[in-house]
Order: sequence, then structure tokens, then C-alpha cells
Amino acid sequence: MATKVTSAVMRQGLRVLGVAIRTEKAVFTLAVLSSAVYGGMTVASAWALGWATQNVVLPSFAEDRVADGALWTGTLLIIGTALLKAIGVAGRRILAGLLQYRMQARSRRDVTKQYLRLPLSWHHRHPTGQLLSNASADAEAAWAPLAPLPMAVGVIVMLITAAVAMILTDTVLAVVGFLIFPAIAVLNLVYQRKLSPLATRAQQLRAEVSEIAHESFDGALVVKTLGREDLETQRFLRRAHELRDANIAVGRVRGLFDPMLEALPTLGVLAVLAVGALRLSTSSIDAGDLVQVAYLFTLLSFPIRALGWVLAELPRSVVGWQRVQAVLDATGSMEYGSQDLASPTPAALEVRGVSYAYGQAEVLHDVTFDVPAGRTVALVGPTGSGKSTLVQLLVRLVDPTSGQVLLDGLDLREVAYGGIAESVALVPQQTFLFDDTVRGNVTLGGDVPDEDVWAALRLAQADGFVGRLPAGLDTRVGERGASLSGGQRQRVALARAVVRRPRLLILDDATSSVDPQVEAKILYGLRDAAEASTVVVVAYRMATIALADEVVYLDHGRVVDRGRHEELVTRCTGYRNLVTAYEREEAERAAIEAEPVTGPARLEDEEDQEEVSA
Amino acid sequence: MTAQSIQRNAERSALGTIRHGLSLTPEFRKGLAGTLILAVVATIGKIIVPIAVQQTIDTGLKTGRPDLEYITTAVLICAAAVVVTALAGYLMNVRLYKATESSLATLRVRGFRHVHDLSVLTQNSERRGALVSRVTNDIDQISTFMQWGGLMIIVSLGQLFVATVLMFVYSWQLTLLVWACFIPLMIALPRFQRLLSRAYTLVRERTGDMLAAVSESVVGAAVIRAYASERRTGERIDTSVNANRSAQIRAQTIVGFVFPLTEIVAALAIAGIVLLGVRLGLSGDISQGQLVAFLFLVTLFVSPLQTATEVLNEAQNAVAGWRRILGVLDTPPDVADPGERGVELPRGPISVAFEDVHFAYPGGEPVLREITLEIPPRTRVAVVGETGSGKTTFAKLLTRLMDPVGGRVTVDGHDLREVRFSCLRERIVMVPQDGFLFDGTLADNIRYGKPSATDAEIELAMTELGLADWVEGLPAGLDTAVGQRGESLSAGERQLVALARAYLADPDLLLLDEATSAVDPATEVRLARALEGVTRGRTAVSIAHRLSTAEKADEVLVFDAGRLVQRGAHADLVKEPGVYADLHSSWVSAAHS
Repeated sequence: MATKVTSAVMRQGLRVLGVAIRTEKAVFTLAVLSSAVYGGMTVASAWALGWATQNVVLPSFAEDRVADGALWTGTLLIIGTALLKAIGVAGRRILAGLLQYRMQARSRRDVTKQYLRLPLSWHHRHPTGQLLSNASADAEAAWAPLAPLPMAVGVIVMLITAAVAMILTDTVLAVVGFLIFPAIAVLNLVYQRKLSPLATRAQQLRAEVSEIAHESFDGALVVKTLGREDLETQRFLRRAHELRDANIAVGRVRGLFDPMLEALPTLGVLAVLAVGALRLSTSSIDAGDLVQVAYLFTLLSFPIRALGWVLAELPRSVVGWQRVQAVLDATGSMEYGSQDLASPTPAALEVRGVSYAYGQAEVLHDVTFDVPAGRTVALVGPTGSGKSTLVQLLVRLVDPTSGQVLLDGLDLREVAYGGIAESVALVPQQTFLFDDTVRGNVTLGGDVPDEDVWAALRLAQADGFVGRLPAGLDTRVGERGASLSGGQRQRVALARAVVRRPRLLILDDATSSVDPQVEAKILYGLRDAAEASTVVVVAYRMATIALADEVVYLDHGRVVDRGRHEELVTRCTGYRNLVTAYEREEAERAAIEAEPVTGPARLEDEEDQEEVSA
Repeated sequence: MTAQSIQRNAERSALGTIRHGLSLTPEFRKGLAGTLILAVVATIGKIIVPIAVQQTIDTGLKTGRPDLEYITTAVLICAAAVVVTALAGYLMNVRLYKATESSLATLRVRGFRHVHDLSVLTQNSERRGALVSRVTNDIDQISTFMQWGGLMIIVSLGQLFVATVLMFVYSWQLTLLVWACFIPLMIALPRFQRLLSRAYTLVRERTGDMLAAVSESVVGAAVIRAYASERRTGERIDTSVNANRSAQIRAQTIVGFVFPLTEIVAALAIAGIVLLGVRLGLSGDISQGQLVAFLFLVTLFVSPLQTATEVLNEAQNAVAGWRRILGVLDTPPDVADPGERGVELPRGPISVAFEDVHFAYPGGEPVLREITLEIPPRTRVAVVGETGSGKTTFAKLLTRLMDPVGGRVTVDGHDLREVRFSCLRERIVMVPQDGFLFDGTLADNIRYGKPSATDAEIELAMTELGLADWVEGLPAGLDTAVGQRGESLSAGERQLVALARAYLADPDLLLLDEATSAVDPATEVRLARALEGVTRGRTAVSIAHRLSTAEKADEVLVFDAGRLVQRGAHADLVKEPGVYADLHSSWVSAAHS
């Protein structure tokens, strides 16, 4: 793990900083200039104080007289350097913020642009959580060292100025400084090296504690119904205690180094006083010089730590940047053709020898079928038979590993960008709504008159509840539609599809969360309205299948049979078993009830026996 | 609503909140006095430099020739003092970290446990993320404050205090001058802090918006592509990312302007000291060493005031954090475990009775009225009704996820409220519609029903439920990882696991709340048949979403608009005109149309 400041990490970290510097040249230059002003003025303010001591304070005590000219000069020097320093500080902080947040925002925009550009198959290979953290936490971490960077550059300016000032004042005193300041810098470096892995571990544990709490509270109903509160508390407690111990370990290191870093400059000042007194006795320096150097030590002790802050952030930055870069470097995109699909008539669909694999695992094998224009076909198959994958191929969310999907005889890969979406509408199994208004979710920004939106909502049986929403079409649905129920979300998603009057409508079990009665109304409405559409519907409910002109029965990624429902029921065993499961069950029950003696009565006997033996 | 939602605690003052919070964490108060003494000793270290400078100039350089012996002695004594104060600082830090982390870990775990003890209604009154926050971020905020902000308050006040005392010893006139310079800044600080706090609040809100927008590009990847709305989504994301950036820069700009103000004020104070000091020196009110020491003492005012806005901000956040965690702990679990005083039911088939039960959500219309019924042991009951008829409420009352507003629910003759949770949760298990799974393997999740179960027991349970084939078809069988919240499985498969989990728990009353609604028909029928076998000898209640469940039941309970309108065997009910006959005909037409 890259938590230690190794030389490799240093090199990479500096390269990351280089990227930022090149991208935001102007801001970085101004920030560094501000910081240099701050650094220079910090040293200058100590010099001003020394000057005032030597030329104003000491003479006035020695001569019992205040020299007005020197007094005002000293005052102006003190206030002037402070003002310049303040401007430097303000500029440095504001510009450092600008630098950091601009880079952060840039990474976030670039990363999400990639998310939108890369094909869905790429998304399939990357867990949601990871992608979200690439765009948030990693983009943040990558540019975190930019905040203290200008300060660190300013500190270097400050140290060089201070070194020159000390050498000019007195070489012997300067030696004290040359011993103390590197010591502070090294101590701080050791501090950051010791702290960094511990802090990373604490951060990691904090995330884990949060994850447990999230999962546990999400599953609160399961925990409660099974009475597993103690088990969950134990699980949480273990991690919470690990976090406690990790934080205490951080505290030990902080507790040790912070006071040392405070004490070291103080000891430096004391050394300056002792050595300075010696130099005074040989008249090598004056008292003003002594005050100036001592003051310099007081002022420099804190900023010098900024060098350590940049270094401390580097390992995290490198990891964050690499993760962001991995997304930006991801290749592969969907190539589009130039053909136009637009036509006022329903589309004809043809699936020709299509196979598809997730990685090595092929889930569709040589699937072939066609849907003539204007017809409705039901795709039926047990869970895991490949229906949802097939549906993704039909709207070209993914391309087949082999074979072709053709719309009006045109391979989907030859269609121009946006062309498929114009003609084909998919309502997926997993409803997704944008954090937008109902209208925005139906129109997706398209220019659609309200009557059409309402008509689509009516068809989806959603006009009733949308009409009752506080702001009607302008009601915001919340993140992923959180303010609506599952069934309501599905109906809005359905309206989104039908509002564009698609030439091919694909429903992937799109009414599963809707009440059966409401579902029936939707399906009848669709059948009446869908005259202008070809429809492919994934289903295993009889009510849905009944709408279809034809059924394609899929099992284990293959087309097992196709034909009218009545035909398939008689000749295809798998299909019959699936769709008539309920009916057969009823029939068997009826048969058992016809012979009451061998039925329930026998069961009761068994129960009695069980009770006796128990 | 107030009865069920989590306490706000807004009426309690900031100090009252902190006092109450500390009273819940005895680990923190223990040894606090010692830590404070160490903090005072550590603070004294700050005035060593001014004293050393003053002594050197006034005594060591008095004669014009440095008194080397005196200066060496003074420097050595001061150095020893520095070491002692640093040591005190170390000890204080370690004690502080230990005390705060131990006490906050306790508070965290107590909060976590209490969230689970709250009733379902109370839990649902808040977004899950907000509940999580109360035992994570809020506690972290308190921790940051105690270890940094709170410490800074003590150190800063101590620093200002010792500096002022020493100043006063040297010159009361200059002391007044210094304070006169800094007081306007001190008065303005809370104003700056409010400004900053608003700016940070905006940053947090914008960050939330940004994260939500960014997540759409990932979670909605399929829909965005299917509807070719990449550009529109991209624009929305860019807008929110840029809005977040602007808020961040604005907050940073405020900090950038406020932070150096202290430097300017300090420079004014120093200039003032020089101007007034030399005149005081003329009248012999102050020595030159004392005057120079003042220049150093002023620097002790800088860091407390520079960090003050941030410290105040932290303090505000910590108090808010305390309010939120105390809000959880102060909310009584309204469906409480009778614990030791409760009744322990013997194992065996369970009978249930509802006696004139009423239920209404807080502030809402009644959702169940005058429910009186009994379910004899070993009966299989199906509950039917339209959406909103009160079926699920009935299930929640039967499992004591909620308590009735009127009347009582009894099991084996005991009021549910008197039955120990440990016993109740073991005897009565509900399988909710949404099959929530924990991140882990299939086996881990099934074992959640009975932590002591062996692999063989789990396999046997799967076989008994007729699910062995399904498990075998999975890539790694029982060791298949289910993903976060079970997302690697389909909704139907999650329900299968949830059912197996409840079955392994071996309850005497099994309640299924549309527990197989997402399973494909063939599997569902197989499962129903298996369940028929395994629930034999138990009491079973199924909230039915299809006909055959009702047909198979010993008794059907028909709910309509919160009332029990019909009950009896399917064969009888279907013959009499009423709600059940209507439901039945709509089911039949849906299945055969």
C-alpha cells in the first residue's frame, strides 16, 4: 500500500503536481507569487522589529529621548510589512483554493464524461461503488496537496530569505538557525511518515464502520424479525473498537510530535539568546540583531511544517490520481454509423445468429428470430435464461459478440448516434428516474407539449397520481425517484417510453411492481395504442403473454421454440411448465379435493402423530 | 408524528447538550481534571520565550556588558521548563485521545444499538443515510472537536490568560493597549463565523447535489444510453460540479480574507507598543526588556484568534452532532422489549388471537379497525385484500413490529407486549417481500437465520425447500457471493434466500408477506409445494398475492378498507357474493385472459 513516502511515490506525486501546474499555469504562478510575498514579508517583519528595537527602543532608553523620525519610520515598517504579508496570505489562500477546486472539478467533469462515453459493457465490468468513488473521493484526494502547495513554495522562499538575512546579520547565529530549521523539517518528515499509515488505517476503518452501519440499518427489518440485534451490535462493536484503537494510535504519534515541534523552535530561541549573548560580549552584533533573529525563529517555526503537509498528502494523492487516470485512460467506445432509421411506420426487427458473452461466460448462443413490423412478440423464459441481456442487444446498449441485430434490414451498428433512441424505446426491468421533475423524466429535455405528456401518463396509468402530486408535472421526484413508490416509478418510466411514439417498444418485465388490476389496464391501453409500434415484451405472466401475437421461448440462452402461445403450450414442455405452473397446480388440487379421503384427512393424521411423538 | 420520529432536541441549549452528552460518557470525565492540569502546564510553555528575552535584556545586558553566567543559567532553566511543558503536552494529548476515543466508541455503539431497538415506524421516519450519519459522521465531528477544537479553546484561553497576566506584571498601560486593539476583532469573530458556517453549509448541500448528479451517470448508464441523453445528463452533471466548485471557492475566499486580519491587528498592536512604550520608558514605567518582551507576547494573541473562526465552527458542528446522537438515545423505543419481566413461551405450535384491534399511523386515519379473530395452532391462514386494505399492517402487528393503538394481540393467551423479544423473535418469524441480503456468501445469509447452523444443515434446508437444484446452478453454489444488498442476485433469487433464511430459523409461526412475488411461476409452484410440507405442524400465515395460496389455506382472511370483512375456507367464500368473490374473479381473469 502506498501509504509511506517512498521515493517512487515522491516522484509520482511530483508528477501529479506537475500536471496541475501545467493545467492552471496562471493561477499557480499568482498563488506562488502571493506566497512568496508572504514568505518574504514574514522575514521582513522580523527585520522591521529588530530595526525598531535597535533604532527606536534601545536608543530611547539609553538616551532618555525619543527620536521622532526613527519612531515613525519603525512604525511604518512594522505596519507596512504586515499589510503586505496579509495581502500575500489572502492571495495565497484564495488562489490555492482556486487551484485545488478547479482541478477537482475538472477531474470530476472528465471522469463523468468518460462514464457517459464508455460503452455499457465497460460499466458491467466495474462495480458501481468504485465508479462513484472515482468521481468523488479519488478526484478529491488527487488534488488535495494543491491546498498547501503554494504555502510550501512560499516557505522555501521564506527560508532562503531568512538564511540570507541571518548570514548578513551574523554568521555564528546563522549556524544556530541552520541547525534548528533542518531539524524541524526532518522531525516533521519523520512525523508525517509515522502518521500517514496510521491515519490511512483510521480512515479505512471509519469507512468500514460506516459501511456496517449502512448495511445493518438497511437490513433493519431482517435484523428485527429474526431478533439479531445482539449479533449486529457485536459486529459493529468489533469494528468500532478497532477504529477507537486506530485513532488512539494516531493520537499517540500526534501527542509525541506536536509538543516536540513546538519545543524545538523555543529551544532554538533560547540557543540564540545564549549564543547571542556571547556574540554581544565580543561586540560582533547588537541587541537589535539578537531580537531580530529570536523573532524570526518565533515566526518561522509554524510555516516550516507546511513542507510536511504536502508530503503527507502525496501518497493519497498518487493513489487517487491513478484511479482517476485509469478511468480517463479507459478505451473502447461505441462506434456509430451514419444511417438514418426514421420512418413513420412500425419497425421490423430481426435477430440473426446472435451470441453474447460477459467476459468468458457466454449467456446467449446463436439466437435467431424476427418480429415483423407492427407485431407484438413475447420473450418468455425462466429466470437467468438471458432475456434481459437480449433486450440490451435490441437497443444496442451492447453489441453482440457475433451475429447481427437488424432494424428494417439495417444493422444497428450502421445507425447514426441517436438514431436508435429515436425509433426504439426500452423500459428496463430496473426503473431509473433522474433527480428531476416528472415532466423532465418523461420528456428527457425534449420539446414535448403537455397534452402529449399527459396522454403518455394516462396510457401508463400514471395520470391519476401525478395529478395529485403537489406541483403536478413540475413535482421533483427526488434522487432516483425516491419520493415515488416502486409501482409509480415504473409507470413514469413507461410514460417516458410511450411519449416518444417509438417504432419499436421494448418492455422488460416493466410492470412487475404494479398491481395486477392496474397492470391489466396498462396492457390493454398499450395494445390499443400500439398500432403504430412493433412491441417486444419480456414476461411470464399469462395476462402479458395474451397480448402477444407470438411467443419466443428462451432457455439457457437459446431460442428453444417460437410460435403462437397455443402451439407452444402443446408442443414445448419447458414453456408449458413455466406458463401453466399455476393452472396445473390448481388442477391437481381440484383432483385431490375430488378424493377427500386420500387428501387432507391423511395429512391431519400425520400431524397428530407428529404431535404425539414430539 | 412526534411520538414516533426521532427527538429533535433543539430546545436544549448548547451547554446543556454538551453536559448531557458528557454525562452519558463517564470514560471521558474520569481523569479529566488531571488532563486539564497537564493542559495548563503545557500552556505555560508559551510564555517562556518572552520571559527569557526580557530577562536577558534587562538583567543580562543591564551593565552594557553581557552577564554571561546569568544568561546561561536563565537559558538552562528555561530549557528545562520547555522540556517539562513538552512532556506535559505529550501526556495530555495521550490522555485526551484515550478518553475521548473510548467514550465516543461507547456512545457510537450505544447509538447503533438504540437505532435497532427503535420501532420500525421510528426507523422509517428518517432516511437510512441520516441514521447512519448519527453513529458515524456526527460522532467523528464530536471527536474532532474534543481532540482539536475543544483543546484549542482551552489552550487558546490559557494562552491569552497567561500572556495577559505576564503583560500586566510588566505594564498595565500596554496591556490595555493590546486588548484595545484585539477586542474589535474578537467582537467581529462570531459574525465571520456565521458567514463561514453558512458558506460551508452551502458547500455541503452543493456536494450532495453533485454526488447525486454524478451517480446518475453510473446508476442510470443503461437508460441514458437507451434514450441517447448523454449530452443532457453531461450538462446536468457539469452544472452541479461547477456549482459545487463555486461554493467551495466562495468559502475559501471568506477564509482567505478573514484569516490575515489578525496579522494586521497584531501589527497595529506592535506599532502601538513601540509608540507608547518608548514614552512609558521615558517616565520609567517600563524597562526595555519588558518592552521587547511585549513584542513577543503579542504573537501569542495571533494563533488563538486566527483559528477562532474555525474552532467556533467546529464547536457548532460538534454541538449539532451531539444533539443528533442524543436525539437517537433520547427517543424511547415505543415497541419495547419487556426483557427479564417478560413471558417465555414454551416451544410448540402457536395460536394467535386479535381482540378488537385498532391501528392508525401517528396523525393518520385508522388503517385497521375492530379486528377480532383467532388463529388456532397448526392452521394455515391466507390473508387477502387489495393494496391498502390493511394486510401488511396486520402482519406487522402479528409480529410485533408495531403495537396496536387499541385492543390487544395475544399468542398462546399472552399479550404480545408481555412476551420477551428473545423468545418472540425465535418463535414468530416474518419473511418480508423485499428480500434484503447482507454482503457475503449465500451460506452466510442463510446462516443468519440460525448462526450455529452447519453447512450440512444449510444444504438440508435447501433440499427440503426444493432449492438444491437452483443452488447447484449458481457459479459457486452456497459460496456464491451475493454482493451488496444481494444485488448480484435477481429479485426473485433474493426472495428464495430470504425464505431459506427464515426456514432455517425454525419458527413455530411463519409469516410470509408476499415473500415469493418476484419468483418465476414454475419455481414458485415448486416452492409452494415444498412450503406446504415444511410448514406442517406449524402455524403459517401468508399474505397472498395470487389465487392458489388462498385456495390451499385452511382459512382465508379477507381485508377491505382496514376491516376484516370475510373469513372462511376458499370453497365457501368463493360461493358467497362479496369482496373475496370479486378478488377471485379478477385473479382468474388475469391468469387466463
